[in-house]
Amino acid sequence: MTIVDILSWICLIPGCILCMIGGLGLLRLPDFYSRMHGGGITDTLGASLVLLGLMFQGGLTMVTVKLVMLLVILLLTSPTSTHAVGKAALTSGLKPFLGNPDNKGKNEHD
Amino acid sequence: MRYIFMSIVAFGTWLLWSGHYTLEHTLVLAIGILSCAFVVYLAGRLSIVDEEGYSIHLIWSLALYIPWLIWAIIKANIDVAKRILNPRLPIAPRIVRVTGTQKTDLCRVIFANSITLTPGTVSLDLDEEDIVVHALTKEAADDVQSGDMDRRVTTALEQ
Repeated sequence: MTIVDILSWICLIPGCILCMIGGLGLLRLPDFYSRMHGGGITDTLGASLVLLGLMFQGGLTMVTVKLVMLLVILLLTSPTSTHAVGKAALTSGLKPFLGNPDNKGKNEHD
Repeated sequence: MRYIFMSIVAFGTWLLWSGHYTLEHTLVLAIGILSCAFVVYLAGRLSIVDEEGYSIHLIWSLALYIPWLIWAIIKANIDVAKRILNPRLPIAPRIVRVTGTQKTDLCRVIFANSITLTPGTVSLDLDEEDIVVHALTKEAADDVQSGDMDRRVTTALEQ
């Protein structure tokens, strides 16, 4: 167990946990728009940490260069696709669920 | 000039992905150079070789902005993850309008993408001056409406 391995696991395990939390968020959150935020966790910190952990395993090789490119491409495309999906929902007239799920149906404007 | 820059970038990318540095596989190398030239020719025909694709001047300012963005993303991730794991699910979704003070299209896109990259806020729509943002919580909405991120994008990238 070298230091690189330890660093790698320090990144991989929280990354995997965050990916699972993102999936849980997709299930738990009440409507389409808020579910996009759950997916956002998996897209950003979850995927970044997993890729960072794999970079530690790859060392200074071509694999790491490709992983860095994957990370950059992921961080550029995932917000764009999230925006595209959200805008499509907004223009097709899907009403967002507003307010707190505790007081269902009552919008709060503060 | 832009065409030369784009050729160099395309060929560098090809080299990194293929990993053929030596002159051993001359045929593969030749095909790589040919395909890069073809891509540049196609981009020229599509007339997308413009000022936006040639934004080297942004690299240094991005180097200042990205560490702050990563820190903001980490904070927002932890906050949203806590709220998802909380059995009471303490969220209050809302839609707010945020004014972006950026002048160029590229910087507006960077700002809108930064909003979406931060969990808890998703940019839904863009018009002339405002960005329509769906926020998961009141705190996230206040945060994006305070204009902190907007200021940082503008000062870092447009000066």
